[in-house]
Amino acid sequence: MTKLSFVAFDGTRFEVEAENGSTVMENAIRNAVPGIEAECGGACACATCHVYVDETWTDIVGEPEAMEEDMLDFAYDVRPNSRLSCQIKVRDELDGLVVQVPERQG
Amino acid sequence: MESSKTDVLIIGAGPVGLFAVFELGLFDMKCRLIDILDRPGGQCAELYPEKPIYDIPAWPSISAQGLVDKLMEQIAPFKPEFSFNRMVSGLEKLEDGTFRVTTDEDEVIEAKVVVIAAGGGSFQPKRPPIPDIEAYEGSSVFYSVRRMEEFRGHDLVIVGGGDSALDWTLNLQPVAKSVTLVHRRPEFRAAPDSVNKMYAMQEMKQLDFQVGQVTGLKGSDGQLSSATIKGPDGDVEIPCTRMLPFFGLTMKLGPIADWGLNLHENLIPVDTEKFETSVPGIFAVGDINWYPGKLKLILSGFHEVALMAQAAKKIVSPGERIVFQYTTSSSSLQKKLGVAD
Repeated sequence: MTKLSFVAFDGTRFEVEAENGSTVMENAIRNAVPGIEAECGGACACATCHVYVDETWTDIVGEPEAMEEDMLDFAYDVRPNSRLSCQIKVRDELDGLVVQVPERQG
Repeated sequence: MESSKTDVLIIGAGPVGLFAVFELGLFDMKCRLIDILDRPGGQCAELYPEKPIYDIPAWPSISAQGLVDKLMEQIAPFKPEFSFNRMVSGLEKLEDGTFRVTTDEDEVIEAKVVVIAAGGGSFQPKRPPIPDIEAYEGSSVFYSVRRMEEFRGHDLVIVGGGDSALDWTLNLQPVAKSVTLVHRRPEFRAAPDSVNKMYAMQEMKQLDFQVGQVTGLKGSDGQLSSATIKGPDGDVEIPCTRMLPFFGLTMKLGPIADWGLNLHENLIPVDTEKFETSVPGIFAVGDINWYPGKLKLILSGFHEVALMAQAAKKIVSPGERIVFQYTTSSSSLQKKLGVAD
C-alpha cells in the first residue's frame, strides 16, 4: 500500500492508504476528501478533480500529458503544479505524496 | 413557431433516452427526442466518445460513441424524431391530460407521456471562476454570440483556448474596437490554422494575446470597464467593455427544476415499478432519477425504460391489453423491427 495525503482547502489533512494502480482521484472519492468532485468519473473530461501537487513531489509525479493540459484550461486558479488527480496513477515511488485541494473546482 | 404531436416526448437523447425509443416502439408508441446538443448520445458523445465502456452486457468493450451508433441502428425501425439544439422550458398539462411542452426556441410539442432522460442535466456553458462575474452576465459578459453587432465598437476580451475562443477572436476582430485574447498558456486546443492566423494578426497589432488568467472585473451597474489579468509577469489591467468566456460545458438540471416535480438533491424521485415521478404521466429514467438503491449505470437505465414502457402504454392506449412478448419469437414484434420473414 502507498500512503497519500490530501490537504483540504481549510487545512484538514486526510491520510489514506492507496492501492498501486488506482488513481489519486479514486482515493480522494473513497475517503470523502472534500473539494474533489470528479464529475465525469475519471474520464479526463471535466477538470473537477484538480489538485496542487506539493512542490517537493512535482518532479516525481511528472508533467500532465497534452489531453490533461487541455482539460486544465477549465480549472480554477491553475498553477505550475496543477494536475488532474484522475490522471495520476498510484505507484511505489509516490509513497508519502502530498496534494493540496484548491479553493474550488471550476 | 414549430409545433408537433407525438405519443411520447423524451427529454434527453443519451443512451437511456435512445433505448427508451426501442422499448416504447415495441408497444407502437411514437417518440420525439429533444436534446440541447446537436447530435444524439448525451455525455457519451460529448464527454468521452472514445472511452471504452466495459459493463454493457455482451459487449466486453465498446466505445461510448460506438454504443450510441449501435443504439441509433437499433431504434431506426421506429423512426424517432429529433429536436436538437433545444432545451425544454415550459410544461403544461392540458384538460385532456396531454402535456404541452415548450422549448427555448419556441417549439411546441404535445405528448401523451413525457419521459425525462436528462442524465446529469442539460449541457450549459461553464461560468468561469472569476469573482462577481454574475453581475455582468447578459449585459457585458456573454457565453455565446447571438448577434455580432452586440460587440461593435467594444473593447472585447475573449477568454479560452479552444475553437470557440479562436474563431470568435478572428471573426469579431473587424467588428470590435479592440480584441484581447486571454489564455493561460501559449498552446491552444484549437485548429492550428486559426492559431496561426491569430498570431499573424497579433504580429500586425490587430489584436492582442495575453497569457494569463482573468482574476478580477471592474465596472458598475452590469457595465464592465476593465479586466485584471494575472500573467507570468504579474497583474495587468486592460480596458474591457464586453467579455466572451469559453470554458466548456457543465451540466445543470435547468427549467425541469421548476416543473413542480418532487426533487431529491437535484434528482427526480421515482417508484421502481413504473419509474413515474410525482406527476402522473411524467416518467424519469437513467442518471436523473432517484430511488433507494439507485446506481448510475447505463445498464440500470436500460432496465428502467423497459418497465416504464409498460406503464406508458396504459396512458397512451387506455384499456388496451398489454401482452408480454419476446423479440426472439413474436412475429408481431419482428414485424415492427422489420425482421419478419
